[in-house]
Amino acid sequence: MRQRRLALGPSMLDDVAIRVRQNVGIVTAVLLFCVLYVLYNLAHPKGFSSAVLVQNGDEIFALAMLAMAQTVPVLASGLDLSVGAVMTMVGCFASYLLTGTAGGAPLHLDIFGLHLSLGTFPGGISGILLGIVVCLAIGALAGLINGCVVVYGRIQPIIATLATGAVYIGIALFLRPTPGGKIDEDLNWALTNSLGDFAATVHIFDDGAASWFAPVAWIPVPFVLLVLIALLVWVPFRRSVLGRAVYAVGSAEGAAYMSGLPIDRAKIAAFTLAGFFAGCGGLFLAIQTSSGNADIPQAGAYTLNSIASVVIGGTSLLGGTGSAIGSIFGAMILRVISFFFRIFDIAPLLQPLFEGLILLAAVSIGALGVLRVRNTLELFR
Amino acid sequence: MPGAVVTQGAFLELSGISKRYAGVRALEGVDFACERGKIHAVLGENGAGKSTLIKIIAGVVQPDAGSMRLAGSDVSFATPSAANAAGVVCIFQELSLMPDLSVADNVSIASPPRRFGLIDARAQRRRAEQLLAEIGCEDVNPLMRVRDLPLSRRQIVEIAKALGKKPQLLILDEATSALTSADVEKVYAMLARLKSEGVAILYISHRMHEVEALADRASVFRNGRHIETFDKGRRSTAEIVQLMIGRDIATQYPPKPARTSVKPMLALDNLSWEGRLDRISLRVGAGEIVGLGGLDGQGQKSLLLALFGVLRGISGRVTVEDREVRPGSPAVAKSAGIALVPEDRKTEGLMLPMSISDNLVVASLDAISTGPLVDRAKESEAVKRAIARLQIKIGAASDAVSTLSGGNQQKVVLAKWLMTEPRIILLNDPTRGIDVGTKQELYRLMRELADQGAAILFYSTDYDELIGCCDRVAIMYDGRIVRELEGDELTETNIIASALNIDAAAPAGTGAVHA
Amino acid sequence: MTSASLSLSRDDRPILIAALFILVILVAGTVYTFARFGSAPLLSPTYLLQQLQIGAFLGIVAAGMMVVILIAQIDLSVPWTLAAAAMMATSIGGPLAIPVGLGIGLLVGLVNGIGVAYLRVPSMIFTLGVNAVMRGLMVAHTGGYAPQTAATDLMRSLAADRTLGIPNALFVWAVVSVLVAVMLQRTALGRYIYAIGNKEAAAYLAGVDTRRVTVICFVICGVAAALAGVLLAGYSTKAYQGMGDAYLLPSIAAVVIGGTNILGGRGRYLGTLIGVVLIVLLNSVLSIMDMPEAGRQVIYGLVIIFMLLVYGRGERVTS
Repeated sequence: MRQRRLALGPSMLDDVAIRVRQNVGIVTAVLLFCVLYVLYNLAHPKGFSSAVLVQNGDEIFALAMLAMAQTVPVLASGLDLSVGAVMTMVGCFASYLLTGTAGGAPLHLDIFGLHLSLGTFPGGISGILLGIVVCLAIGALAGLINGCVVVYGRIQPIIATLATGAVYIGIALFLRPTPGGKIDEDLNWALTNSLGDFAATVHIFDDGAASWFAPVAWIPVPFVLLVLIALLVWVPFRRSVLGRAVYAVGSAEGAAYMSGLPIDRAKIAAFTLAGFFAGCGGLFLAIQTSSGNADIPQAGAYTLNSIASVVIGGTSLLGGTGSAIGSIFGAMILRVISFFFRIFDIAPLLQPLFEGLILLAAVSIGALGVLRVRNTLELFR
Repeated sequence: MPGAVVTQGAFLELSGISKRYAGVRALEGVDFACERGKIHAVLGENGAGKSTLIKIIAGVVQPDAGSMRLAGSDVSFATPSAANAAGVVCIFQELSLMPDLSVADNVSIASPPRRFGLIDARAQRRRAEQLLAEIGCEDVNPLMRVRDLPLSRRQIVEIAKALGKKPQLLILDEATSALTSADVEKVYAMLARLKSEGVAILYISHRMHEVEALADRASVFRNGRHIETFDKGRRSTAEIVQLMIGRDIATQYPPKPARTSVKPMLALDNLSWEGRLDRISLRVGAGEIVGLGGLDGQGQKSLLLALFGVLRGISGRVTVEDREVRPGSPAVAKSAGIALVPEDRKTEGLMLPMSISDNLVVASLDAISTGPLVDRAKESEAVKRAIARLQIKIGAASDAVSTLSGGNQQKVVLAKWLMTEPRIILLNDPTRGIDVGTKQELYRLMRELADQGAAILFYSTDYDELIGCCDRVAIMYDGRIVRELEGDELTETNIIASALNIDAAAPAGTGAVHA
Repeated sequence: MTSASLSLSRDDRPILIAALFILVILVAGTVYTFARFGSAPLLSPTYLLQQLQIGAFLGIVAAGMMVVILIAQIDLSVPWTLAAAAMMATSIGGPLAIPVGLGIGLLVGLVNGIGVAYLRVPSMIFTLGVNAVMRGLMVAHTGGYAPQTAATDLMRSLAADRTLGIPNALFVWAVVSVLVAVMLQRTALGRYIYAIGNKEAAAYLAGVDTRRVTVICFVICGVAAALAGVLLAGYSTKAYQGMGDAYLLPSIAAVVIGGTNILGGRGRYLGTLIGVVLIVLLNSVLSIMDMPEAGRQVIYGLVIIFMLLVYGRGERVTS
């Protein structure tokens, strides 16, 4: 009897039921986003058009990246309060390195009254590619430093990243005391529009006119980038031994140690990956706005919204459960809500109030489960 | 090496192992050896050095002095994974599972099957199914999160995880303490098979009958020293206990007073909760110790939690001394004179990093405060009294409670509640993982409290304990009390028969429930 | 004996180190000013009192923040609780100004506490939402412009005047400090706070009404932030948008530099006091040095990391 049950249908159904139950937060976030986004497009005069999608994609991308960034340390039950700062710092670097100036851009450093020339950063397409790599490396390096301070300095992540965040913001301010710099126009155009525009800008697929290309040409580049980063970076990481060690550390650090898992490496990897994702966000933000801006309030807002996205996306702040994919949807939900303000013409003065109320309502509704808890001891785990 | 136990063909040999923690001796010059194909029991009170010994063998801590030989060559393990790599695998008392990961993830956590460098989820699942089948527990779905499994199933997963590491030397540290009796049988069978395959097994348990049933050889430790090693049947239980505590023990359990009819202190009528507790009616009189027996997970713990106000949505009546009580929270239960010694002293009973004194007074601060201020003189007086009354062995009352041994920690939990002068004391398996000496002190104390007029409801997984301590035992099955045993009826046979509900769970009865 | 001195040092070490670091800041700052201007303002009581007067606002916020951190929570709604209390106090005016301002803090604390204790939403996220709501309410209330109302005379007197040469704000800070320190050290509530911070489940099973204590802690934090807002409005004679933004992170930093465990359950009020003084002095030295914002941020971050590295806290989980 039992043997057969294991092999046949009911067990498959059991498996699906178990998976859904274990991921109820993510499933809810995905469904909620779909409903909200369809409603938004229905209400929008130009709803379901490529133009609206492109605009939304541009507005969503940076926050989605920061949400992913925040997820990884949270899974290892550490918070990263520096993601906004890393984003800002990388953006400021980008505004020097991605100028696309023909013949290269001269770099120099003014510090303590000294004027140091650092040579010329290459121009042209190779220079831009190199610039992108350098920017992402800076983001990852910042994350690596966070990880090392947490692991080797044995400082609580929330405080460690609060401090390193201040340092990164300081560097950003040093680079860009006032907003400025520039980004290559082609790069800006290619990455912040549809796939068709991208192909036309970089001259592939007959400048985007190839007939096979037409059915996908409307897709916004930011969405493609988001999916690519999720599939090529997050998914392999999650399925790697190190990625699972991150979940294990967040779930029960002592047990993870006893099981011989590389705890230190897992934590450092989590923060490094967070830095990388935050760097992606900062790079895109700089490309999108064509400038570098050491905006402290903006960095703070992004950090806080990244935490909100993570929670709305079904990841527990206690660590161990959740996924960066859920956080992407959490970020998109947050953004779609602000899109609604535009549609319904809500007075800008009331927007912060509504945003706050919606955030509170969302987390409170999510928390109503506690009223169903019959064993109050379960509330404390 | 004077006094070394040199054994022919020893697989693991320790010689002259010493270890100190912050100047306190944990192990002193220990020589020890165990062989392939033998189950070797390690006995001793808490604080005798067993845990340290195991931790050293398993690579969790490093010895200060001494050497370790495995299969004839010198080894020293810097980490648990180094020990695992050498075939030394330990199942720890504190579970080493990650609650948010699935059973399959946990079983293969250290070296998962991989494809293209990434974890192969399917192969991993098959592996978990195989290993669980080897123990005979196919009912655990490997996709389940460990968090969602009951404690007894988690321990099975823990064992499966250890098996998956292909141990040459398997160490079980109280690994069966949370298992149901059916599972214990399965684990015994598994151990017998491993033994026949030539695995060396170290077995640590406080349950003497388990040791008697399983072990081929036993070593007794006391105060960080190896006292004696002997083969099965060479020593009687009484002799072993004497070796462990180093003094004679007359009787294990304090005598029970003659039964007189008593007024019920605690009365439950038709208590039900969420299908886990089913119309429970029970009386506990002042001066009475009533046991809760039965298989693990039949609602005994829920019943205690319900009485203490932890569970929501209870129906039925609870009366304390003829006054109806609605235990809506532990605070309410406390003010009704109810105390609970919870299941897990480390997470539910104590604030481990806080001082002994802070832990002792936390439930009775109202009594030692004048207005909003805590009266420090009264506080230290109360702490002193409590420590003296329970003979808690401490350095200073300002030490962190985490520095105490398990038995003394449990005494602190109990002492904390005695300071509130409770009329009803609920005990949730209070002797789990506690050494023989402290156990006996706790039994005496329970009887003393009952004699002073307290009503005690006592859940234990150890039938022996129930028989020895209780005036009456209520056996639970599937959320109901199926039988109350008293006086001469109180025998192991009767308890087991009732626990399996042999006479009550006739097929007709089961059918009626589903009809 | 040894164990007693060990347990002493566990909580006192950070406080001692922070106090030493204050001396280092004073000496280094004095050396700098002496070399550059030939004067030593950092050693003049008048200057120090003036700096401490400004520090009082941070000190009061930090006192409340510490109580919340001790129960292993955090209050991110401090910035706009502070600003809202200031704005409402100035716009009501008259004798009710201060009670209304403090009432705002009480109300926000109550909402925070209920959300965290009863709905069990992580405080990190719930107080973040409450902060956004308070900001929204204030933006809607003022129309996004700087409020035109002024602080009452009492507010100004409490924040800016002096009695016997000592700023009144310092007296307010002292009263708050004594209240919080006595509450933490000597009352049952204080014991419950430490117990909850160490292990909430164990405190709950010891019959402590943990939810009520949690709400009380958030109320204390809210009222402290509101008091700081009322005083700050009195000091600057008016309330302004974003007046609380500069108090969130420094208050958390002061609590942590003072040796309180960010995970709750451990820390002494004296430490928080020292932490506040450290941050205030660091700020004044940096302004004397004309340090640009970029350098300030970097130094600020490095000091926090450095202090915590020196404390050498955070135990490993190995057995």
